[in-house]
Amino acid sequence: MSARERILGRVRRALADVEPDDSPYERAIERSYVRAHGDLDAERTVGLLAENLADYRALVHRCTADELPCLIGRLLAERGSRTVLVPPGLDAGWLAETDVERVPDLAASTPDELDRVDSVVTGCAVAVAETGTIVLDGGPDQGRRRITLVPDHHVCVVRVPDQVVASVPQALERLTPTRPLTWISGPSATSDIELDRVEGVHGPRTLEVVLVGGVSHSPGGDGR
Amino acid sequence: MSGTFVGMPAFPEAARAAVGDQTLRGNLRHATHTIRAKRAKAVAEVSDWDQLREAGKRIKDHTLRHLDRYLVQLEERVTAAGGTVHWAADAEEANRIVAALVAETGESEVVKVKSMATQEIGLNEALEAEGVHAYETDLAELIVQLGKDRPSHILVPAIHRNRGEIRDIFRREMSEWGRPAPEGLTDTPAELAEAARVHLREKFLRAKVGVSGANFMIAETGTLVVVESEGNGRMCLTLPETLISVVGIEKILPTWRDLEVFLQTLPRSSTAERMNPYTSMWTGTTDEDGPRAFHLVLLDNGRTDTLADEVGRQALRCIRCSACLNVCPVYERAGGHAYGSVYPGPIGAILSPQLRGTASEIDASLPYASSLCGACYEVCPVAIDIPEVLVRLRERVVEGGPVVRDGNRVVLRPAKGHAAERAAMRAARWAFARPGALRAGQRLASRTRGLHPRTLPGPGRAWSATRDLPAVPAEPFRDWWQRTHGGEEAK
Ligand code: SF4
Repeated sequence: MSARERILGRVRRALADVEPDDSPYERAIERSYVRAHGDLDAERTVGLLAENLADYRALVHRCTADELPCLIGRLLAERGSRTVLVPPGLDAGWLAETDVERVPDLAASTPDELDRVDSVVTGCAVAVAETGTIVLDGGPDQGRRRITLVPDHHVCVVRVPDQVVASVPQALERLTPTRPLTWISGPSATSDIELDRVEGVHGPRTLEVVLVGGVSHSPGGDGR
Repeated sequence: MSGTFVGMPAFPEAARAAVGDQTLRGNLRHATHTIRAKRAKAVAEVSDWDQLREAGKRIKDHTLRHLDRYLVQLEERVTAAGGTVHWAADAEEANRIVAALVAETGESEVVKVKSMATQEIGLNEALEAEGVHAYETDLAELIVQLGKDRPSHILVPAIHRNRGEIRDIFRREMSEWGRPAPEGLTDTPAELAEAARVHLREKFLRAKVGVSGANFMIAETGTLVVVESEGNGRMCLTLPETLISVVGIEKILPTWRDLEVFLQTLPRSSTAERMNPYTSMWTGTTDEDGPRAFHLVLLDNGRTDTLADEVGRQALRCIRCSACLNVCPVYERAGGHAYGSVYPGPIGAILSPQLRGTASEIDASLPYASSLCGACYEVCPVAIDIPEVLVRLRERVVEGGPVVRDGNRVVLRPAKGHAAERAAMRAARWAFARPGALRAGQRLASRTRGLHPRTLPGPGRAWSATRDLPAVPAEPFRDWWQRTHGGEEAK
């Protein structure tokens, strides 16, 4: 007998005493918890996002769409970056105000090559205010998972308020489970040594989140 | 049976040694108290905590009740998404499968994300025997591995080590495994973390095979979820060409939506954060993003035996948040190693004897490694009634009765009078001679009255029920503690 048959057989025997229940799953589980904590309007939700991002040591910036290229240029310059990873579908305008060398996100690049790049600039799929989380889903403005992992400096642009949701349940609703997803809440951190928090063990040590709003922006507001 | 630490004394002896270790106790006390306070705050932020906890409990119970169906559905979805599913009835089979998969790649090194399942089956040792080095990449696991040590906490495996000890381990051992520790390394956490980053980066960038566990698997979509803080998980899950995940069969959630419960309760219960820094979710393989080959090894190793016990099966709801460890007065004093298992603390005391059976002395004594104060049940985000299961297991050890071992229904004989009695008496005396445990024990009297009617007939009767444990010493414990410990920690 294969291990598969053996295990499934054991499961069935183990459950022999359990009364069968074939009510559909949606009805089997009562969900009396809330969809979001509090009832904030869009603006205050964005404010909460900014606060919670900062609380977990992300650097938060706010600007209008017109100011974005300038701000990104400044962030890369302040950091002293000479190279920046660029996802294939990133709005070219975002990098219009910087002459830092662009490195395309290529399947063929080796981890070592990525390790030599200073910064990465991406969009995101959705951001969660209550937890201070940005979620990447590998969309064209975000690229492969590893480009936001290996470089030490990640600049992530969030369109507000349309890419911001209040809560985890609302974020899950917007995401497509079959895409590779990375949820990021602040930069990499560890508390393994006497529970002292230290930032930046393996992922980017600096996470800068730019909340862009104020001027109506190009289509594609749901970030897919 | 795999998983028992070799030569491990039964809980009371191990605990006695640990309690005498001042450094260990200091490290532990600091750690558990810090996490405990932070956790309470993080939970208080969420107004619907009780409802989330109840939903979590129900989702897990429902999953367990239909586990066969969800396993088959998961297999189908993972396969459709480009992954390969393997089934392993026990540790040996799982190790064999992983070793063969690594051999197929022709590699002799793998990078690992911290995973309780692979520790449970002793994967690192099994791979080593095949000439494959497995590098732990979680900072705490690295400390444990370099220190040739055992993890002692689910979440913070090196919780028993302080910064000075860690520096010494790094200085002494890093060069053996790869890049040496930098000259003049001090004991500041930031410098230690940086040394680990540089040491491990070398391994990540060249690794061709990654090994992980998973926190959740979604039957509906075939998605796996890994929750972590450092980013080493992301490294292991996305940089290698081949990814092998070894996951206990109980880690399934039926639907994508169910994550909304656990992504809220897990981080707050474990690290006391609103959300942990990184969560990765992947479904099979994705073209040109991440590993080209994905293997999922579904592990039984005693889980179906646990499922067969109508009281004990609730232990399979556990999401390994470690909250129960941090509130346990016995864990706080005895430390994780005393439990002789990769699952320490209250959850270990009910999980290990169920996964492994109670044949060994340590496993037979684990159900007594508790004061039954109930604090573990109160913090548990999936409402596992640990005291209830402990009482059940004590009954089984003492009285015997039907259990399932390796899929077969057998009737356990009552533990041979003296051995079990001795172990239990020692454990009981030990717990009740400790002020924290005693305090808890006193609270227990009123709290767990509902559990008490399970007094046992026959030889177990005198001591199997908690109220029949040896009487609290006549001397008030504060006085006793003052007298014997010179006033240290009398609170
Ligand atoms: S038993 Fe409950 S509290 Fe303990 S680790 Fe498991 S889920 Fe967390």
